[in-house]
Amino acid sequence: MIMMTNRQWLMTGAVVALLLMLPLFLPNFWLANILGRAMVYGIVALSLTFLAHYGGFISLAQTMMAGVAGYAVAMMAPTAIPLGPFAMSYGYAIPLAVLAATLTGALVGLIAVNTREIYLLMITLALAVGFSLFAQSNTQWFRGYEGIRNIVGPEVFGMPFRTHLVFYYVALITAVLLYLLVLYVVRTPFGLALQAIRDSARRTSAIGFSVALHRIGAFALAGFIAGCGGVLITFYNIGITPSSIGLWPTVAVLIMAVIGGLGHPVGAFLGALIYAVMDTFASSIIGHDRFNTLIGLVFLTIVLVSPDGVWGIGKRLAGLGGGKEPVSDPVAKLTAGGK
Amino acid sequence: MSLQFILTVTLNGLTLAALYFIVASGFSLIFGLMRTVNMAHGALYMVGAYIGFAVFDPIYGSAWYSYAWLIAIVAGIAAVAILGVVMQVVFLGWMQGQELRQALVTIGLSIIIADQLLANFGGSPFQFFAPDMLFGPVQVPGVGRYPVFRLFQVGLAVAVGVGLWLLLNKTRLGIMVRAGVDDRQMLAACGVNVPLVAATVFALGAALAGLGGVIGATAQPMALGVDARFLLISLVVVIVGGMGSIGGTALGAILIGLAEQWGQVFFPTYSVILTFVIMAAVLAIRPQGLMGRKIA
Repeated sequence: MIMMTNRQWLMTGAVVALLLMLPLFLPNFWLANILGRAMVYGIVALSLTFLAHYGGFISLAQTMMAGVAGYAVAMMAPTAIPLGPFAMSYGYAIPLAVLAATLTGALVGLIAVNTREIYLLMITLALAVGFSLFAQSNTQWFRGYEGIRNIVGPEVFGMPFRTHLVFYYVALITAVLLYLLVLYVVRTPFGLALQAIRDSARRTSAIGFSVALHRIGAFALAGFIAGCGGVLITFYNIGITPSSIGLWPTVAVLIMAVIGGLGHPVGAFLGALIYAVMDTFASSIIGHDRFNTLIGLVFLTIVLVSPDGVWGIGKRLAGLGGGKEPVSDPVAKLTAGGK
Repeated sequence: MSLQFILTVTLNGLTLAALYFIVASGFSLIFGLMRTVNMAHGALYMVGAYIGFAVFDPIYGSAWYSYAWLIAIVAGIAAVAILGVVMQVVFLGWMQGQELRQALVTIGLSIIIADQLLANFGGSPFQFFAPDMLFGPVQVPGVGRYPVFRLFQVGLAVAVGVGLWLLLNKTRLGIMVRAGVDDRQMLAACGVNVPLVAATVFALGAALAGLGGVIGATAQPMALGVDARFLLISLVVVIVGGMGSIGGTALGAILIGLAEQWGQVFFPTYSVILTFVIMAAVLAIRPQGLMGRKIA
């Protein structure tokens, strides 16, 4: 919540420098399929953490916003199979797709503008699943069950996007920029008003802020972040299908954000990394195909034992708060007496 | 468009609404008293169907086959009710008031339950055979031949609705439940064992999901993935109808059931969207749902 201290800048810089150097040490599989994947899904989880921590909204529509961007870029991609009606170069398709996700975010915010907490959770979940069902039943643009394939992404400096190094660095740079964007925005007047609304919507509106506009704005920004993630996820998966934005992927993003910790934006990436590692190695931990039981148990344990996630555990262990500042627990805070 | 066609589609919508009502009323009941959004409601529906079928299958092959369906219903309801009590007592009871945390816990539970069902029962679709009395078509005036089981569904939904209304309005338990909706602390101060009431309500709400599971898997084949569908249906129905209101749940179920069937007639591809347009419209005009009380 606080503007980063020198120490935190130093740590952030060190982590980013380490991540930039990792390709020297790590095999390609780790770069693309674990770290790169953790970053692109972490970006979507980041949009949820931003809404949850600074706005007080647990939104399940973040995968849907990412999906809108993914489908938009797929429909406009020049390489798509089958080729969409609006094929254009990636240079136009990507910004338009992110714009579409931003507008979707604003629309979700508008629909849910009067709802909070548990109602918001239900409504955003219904919207998310509704969108995936729509994509599944629409064959004209969304191509039904099959989805749209061969979305390989643009060439970067003459190299295909799917090259491990290109994908890794683009994902890393996007993730870091969006992470810093969130940290910056929450210090702007808009971000401060958003947090004031989270703490007391009535008082904030009494001193003249428009609660509705700030909420819609927050959802639009979350849509922008999720949209960037959605475009990258579509390149990562070389296409998009309705099942990749259905109920389970929606819940997966929530799981990532909660496991990592909703108390700080960095939790989104921590959670996404843990999720990616477990998904990859689950079969060697508890045997074939029972990944869902494993991740469900981990998720349940985190929610029961440490609602502020791994980040909260780490913060308590490191004693950064010096024992004076209570560890922020957004889930408990959001639910305490409906303030 | 003939009159017969109109009547048939409407009847289809109503029979679908009946199933939706049975499932969603359990969801609404639990939410009404405990403010717990049970995201595992769809998983409970699936447990009812799977446990029911595990009991049904061997009995149907034996001399007792004519009772198999009834025993399956009882088994499905009992299993899910017990599971509901365990959920409430072990996981949810002690975090009362932390609504989002409870919702997250039920999400975690639903993931585990669905995966364990898949592990233990496999993913192949199955279907119950209704007893002879409820099997086959029947002549309905203005419609023609119509599956008698789907009419039975409507009767059952009405019975569930009336039963719930009587329970909530005419019994001592109902008085305690309604008092608990308004003020839990005061109810506890009056000497009522609130955790026991909560566990009973949770068992009842879960049992309705279990009943819905067996009924639903008799009307249509059961396959994996229905947990998501029925969780979604429950959410939309209670959002449209209003939380914790039996009448509202019935109205929401009828609206959604009819919208789904008529939507498929007019714009087959986009019938799903119609459901969500209704939901968004209700939210915009009456955020508390058509028959819900104003959100405090």
